[in-house]
Amino acid sequence: MATSVRAAGDGSAPPAAQAPGAGAGPGSHRQRPSGRSAWRSTLYRLDLKAVPYVFIAPFFLTFAAFGLFPLIYTGWLSLHRVELGGSAQWRGMGNYSALATSEFFWNALANTFTIGVISTVPQLLMALCLAHLLNYKLRGRGFFRVAVLAPYATSIAAATLVFAQLFNTDYGLINTVLGWLGFDPVSWESSKWPAQIAISVIVTWRWTGYNALIYLAAMQAVPRDLYEAAALDGASRLRQFLSVTIPSIRPTILFTVVVSTIGATQLFGEPMLFGGSVGISGGSGNQFQTLSLLMYEKGWVTGALGQASAIAWVMLLLLLIIGGIQALISRSNRNRNRNRNRNRNQRTKAGS
Amino acid sequence: MARTLDTTPPAAASRTRRLRPSAGRQHHAGPLTYVLLGLAALVSLFPLYWNLVAASHSGERVVEAPAPLLPGPRLLDNLSFAWNQVDMGEALVNTTIVAGLVSLSTVLFSTLAGFAFAKLPFRGRGALLALVVATMTIPPQLSVIPLYQIITDLGWVDQLQSVVLPSLVAAFGVFFMRQYLIEALPTELVEAARMDGAHSLRIIWHVVFPVARPAMAVLGMLVFVQAWNDFFWPFIALTPDGNPTLQVALAGLGAGNHTVDQAVVLTGALISTLPLLLVFAVLGKHVVGGITAGAVKN
Repeated sequence: MATSVRAAGDGSAPPAAQAPGAGAGPGSHRQRPSGRSAWRSTLYRLDLKAVPYVFIAPFFLTFAAFGLFPLIYTGWLSLHRVELGGSAQWRGMGNYSALATSEFFWNALANTFTIGVISTVPQLLMALCLAHLLNYKLRGRGFFRVAVLAPYATSIAAATLVFAQLFNTDYGLINTVLGWLGFDPVSWESSKWPAQIAISVIVTWRWTGYNALIYLAAMQAVPRDLYEAAALDGASRLRQFLSVTIPSIRPTILFTVVVSTIGATQLFGEPMLFGGSVGISGGSGNQFQTLSLLMYEKGWVTGALGQASAIAWVMLLLLLIIGGIQALISRSNRNRNRNRNRNRNQRTKAGS
Repeated sequence: MARTLDTTPPAAASRTRRLRPSAGRQHHAGPLTYVLLGLAALVSLFPLYWNLVAASHSGERVVEAPAPLLPGPRLLDNLSFAWNQVDMGEALVNTTIVAGLVSLSTVLFSTLAGFAFAKLPFRGRGALLALVVATMTIPPQLSVIPLYQIITDLGWVDQLQSVVLPSLVAAFGVFFMRQYLIEALPTELVEAARMDGAHSLRIIWHVVFPVARPAMAVLGMLVFVQAWNDFFWPFIALTPDGNPTLQVALAGLGAGNHTVDQAVVLTGALISTLPLLLVFAVLGKHVVGGITAGAVKN
């Protein structure tokens, strides 16, 4: 460590400050061989060695206290029968096996999955298209970017309350417009699929612009010569988009897929507030109850913290599975990229 | 992997500049593009506009069959009602305190940790950084039950510190600052300062902070937005009747209470959204830059 500092210092530091401990020229008053200097160099070494840990300590202390400890404690709780404020009784895997036979759990799991799919897939596809459009040379580029990002500034609570009005079966604007188009009014809250679609619309509305901007940044980093080569080969713009843009930003797409999937697994505020007075149970027939909602209901309404903890750990398990799949995909991606780059390099070499 | 990705944006940018006249990519947008983008902007902005419209009508008008499309006369009445009766004012102050503290401390600690991970060699750096990144995927649901027990034991239910303390620093912030400082802060600068006898705090103050300031500003904004809009944990730790943040107060307005004057509910939504929209309108470009910088480099 000290040597690397010295080596780099040789090149850039002024001569007077160079090479500490290397015999010292007349100008270097910092190198006086006294007890004080020894003390200072001890301090200096301590500074070098300890300071990095001091700097990263706040994160790790916060994480240990508010992330790791609760995570493990939740796992411990999930093996117990615990009421709010009561003491814990060992239950082994009882909470988990109770989940396995609970129709509420399977319903919530299925809802989390379906709402996740119908919010994530259209969201990311639309974000891709939007990013492609924003990537053109545009007048008013700044306006469009800020406009599509505005929903991101809206909170879950505000957005959901507004959309709950727009989706209202009796007086909501969306049914009014459907009426103009000759459709019957849809009962957006009480039927299963319409309710799940409405919740997905809220999620999609809030996040499409955000994802589009992430894609846009990735698209702008795609080397131009790829497009030139494709154009020379006679590829249409659509072909270029599909064969150049999409493969080039694949890591970014994967990143957004993972982030949105994680977000979808945790969906809580949107279904709860969309459901109004029956929001906690995800609608009158639990038709849009998600895992998070079920966890909240078990823990804070029923008071069964052990069961709620088990649900939390099932969510962790789900995320680990998703993470594993993501790791597999990105590895095969890397391999493919390596092959493609090799091919491209060979082609360039052959061409020049 | 991160390293190679780090270098792509500047390289691509310089290539853009060089090739602009003949670039095979920068097509001008056609009319269809403008139509589609206009549609997207409309869909993005309409709910916000309609929120304003609904907040300016009476509660009875908002729930009448063809919903109003143009602003009405009752905005100020609704505002003062929401402000006084439902204590949106108190919630606004609480949210400002929480979001302000959280973003200040996150920016400070993330900069220190990001600097350490970017420029200071120490044992276990790679593994610890991987750990930081890994923690980003742990959902809040996994910790709320013990956290709730802790704050109950401490008597912190309805106290703002129960929301602030768990968010003092975020993995995203640490990673964000590291990515920025790796590129923006020349290692020689740090080493030269050390050669001149500066100890670490001086280096932080005179070298790192000045260099990191733009990223600190962006991170501060992103964290502020996030803390302002945070819902799940505040909803558990605070109650609408106690000491709520805006989001918790809104949830109380929208779900639990029986006084469902929808115009007032939507006025509350407007109060909670407006400050951030103003920030976006003023600093939009920087927010856009920050979001993309934080995500693409992952």
